[in-house]
Amino acid sequence: MVGRQQSLVGKIFVHGVLIILAVTWTVPTIGLLVSSFRPGDSVLASGWWTVFRNPGEADLTMDNYRVVLGIASEEERLEAARLGGAETINLSAAILNSLTVTIPATVIPILIAAFAAYGFAWINFPGRRFLFIAVVALMVVPLQIALIPILKDYIALDLSGTFLGIWLAHAGFGLTLAVYLLYNYISTLPRDILESAFIDGASHFTIFIRLMLPLSLPALASFAIFQFLWVWNDLLVALVFLGATPEVEVLTQRLLGMLGAFGTDWHLLTAGAFVSMFFPLVIFFSLQRYFVRGLLAGSVKG
Amino acid sequence: MENARRDGSGSAGILGWIGTNLSRLGVSLFIPVVTFVILWRVFIFLRDAAAPKWVTAIVAIIWGVGGALSLFFVANLVIEQLPDVWKHRLTPFIFVGPALAILFWYLFMPTLRSFYASLFDATGDTFVGLENYAYAFTSDAMLESFRNNLIWLVMVTGFSVGFGLLMGVLADRTDPRFETIFKALIFMPNAISMVGASVIWRFVYEFRPPSAEQIGLLNAIVTGLGGQSQAWLLLQPWNTLFLTAIVIWLQTGYAMVIISAAIKGVPAELLEAGRIDGATEPRVFFSIIIPYIRGTLVTVSTTIILFTLKIFDVVQSMTGGNFGTQVIANEQYTQMFRAFHYGRGAAIAIVLLVAVIPVMYYNLRQFAQQTEAF
Repeated sequence: MVGRQQSLVGKIFVHGVLIILAVTWTVPTIGLLVSSFRPGDSVLASGWWTVFRNPGEADLTMDNYRVVLGIASEEERLEAARLGGAETINLSAAILNSLTVTIPATVIPILIAAFAAYGFAWINFPGRRFLFIAVVALMVVPLQIALIPILKDYIALDLSGTFLGIWLAHAGFGLTLAVYLLYNYISTLPRDILESAFIDGASHFTIFIRLMLPLSLPALASFAIFQFLWVWNDLLVALVFLGATPEVEVLTQRLLGMLGAFGTDWHLLTAGAFVSMFFPLVIFFSLQRYFVRGLLAGSVKG
Repeated sequence: MENARRDGSGSAGILGWIGTNLSRLGVSLFIPVVTFVILWRVFIFLRDAAAPKWVTAIVAIIWGVGGALSLFFVANLVIEQLPDVWKHRLTPFIFVGPALAILFWYLFMPTLRSFYASLFDATGDTFVGLENYAYAFTSDAMLESFRNNLIWLVMVTGFSVGFGLLMGVLADRTDPRFETIFKALIFMPNAISMVGASVIWRFVYEFRPPSAEQIGLLNAIVTGLGGQSQAWLLLQPWNTLFLTAIVIWLQTGYAMVIISAAIKGVPAELLEAGRIDGATEPRVFFSIIIPYIRGTLVTVSTTIILFTLKIFDVVQSMTGGNFGTQVIANEQYTQMFRAFHYGRGAAIAIVLLVAVIPVMYYNLRQFAQQTEAF
């Protein structure tokens, strides 16, 4: 490490630049977090950073969260209404909808893709190469192309505004990438494991369930986190396939609605935004390793 | 081993060939169709049922996940009953069939159907030839979108990769614990939705008249330095730049993590050799590190380019595409779901597809060469 010895000045410089960058990157989020704990009047009267001038006397409250989660007392609700926010800002239904959309929309494509990846990687059949290339080639199709044709089908089948409809849509849009990534992983698993299983007379199906799924767990987990976040954070697909049905609205849609309707009720908007970030941030901080891998692997999704 | 068995039955003639392939098609469609029909029926039932919301939610989740899984089992069970020859012919399609069927319905057919729709008028009744493509390439809204997407592409790619490179190089020279915390802070925005990010940044850009106390961070800084507060999102043509800042904020973490991994992969001997030969640190950076990680830089850049070509959420939630900030994907959404002009929306989607193809091709080729996915 001869060449890497740094002078004290160099060290201070490197750390100084990095700390400035880290602060710049974090300050917007801190502003959101602080504002979400301030009463509506204060948020509108002074900048959030004024809290730090006099931390002892800062006026902080959980009321905003109680209002957006729909567990507010009558008094708190009236207070929110006085500041312009309506009583309809209850996000708990939207959280439930987001979970109902996201969990199957994550599991279904992974399951189907894992089967397909195994089929392409380990079973010989005519047209295998052609079909696999066709699947990868479909990665270029931006999901915008599919919106109207699929919406037309959904209207004909009475699927518009249903969970099943949006699960299948997310499955369809996530499948190319999932097959591609899982194929890359599954095809590199050692051949001898499979061959010895074959000699023991196991069928493809048994090998897949007993051997392949457990062995592919790291890849499956990475993709699962990517797909979960993608669906949880998605706005476009939800707007198109759930858009017209208020009962199934997901968090991103509600948040967009709040931005439009109560664009200046910053105390509620900031609390709502933070609620929507809660699950992703928990996953981020608890499963960072898989999280980063998953996001890196999935970044070309279209 | 299997090939031999299958080929042994290859002399059955044309009828056998048709029969085999029809069965394959049948197996491919079996799982998706049956899953679909059963799920669909239960859904209509669930939607009309008056159960509490959380009960419906739990039933829906179990039904959706379990339904898909159990049908793979059922399909396998059916196949297991068949004679060996048929089992070998059909088994592959239990595995790949459902994926192929879904992709056929959700991506392949829509591409053809969108292309077809792009040749018709707003309602899809009258053939109009290339009129919608004329709109896609000459209308004011689309010209504005092309200009803005180009700005997005240059700004976001340039700054994200630039910042990512800077952070990657500098963080490599610090204590590992410091490096980990630093990277987590920069990468964190990747976890949140772009709508959530838009709330954060709308608040940063919040405008108050110059006489009032500023509650938006940017205006507070500007007035603190003696400037005038501005409505940043209305300030043409600069407002697009303020929107790109949000995505730079999001994408830098992604670029940094990949570039940082690549920098750590530069062999230490190579760096040592350069330094012993008397190269200065900047020289080492430009003549050894940069050439060594060139492939990674290309992959990161093309990935971010793909992202900016399809940028939608940020524009939709910050300005709705107004005030000169329109982009291709948002104009497409506007044509389809605000103006209900399906022909134009479809034509714009096709334009988007054509724009994506070369970048995606290049990206996948690099991706395959450079990295293992996991």
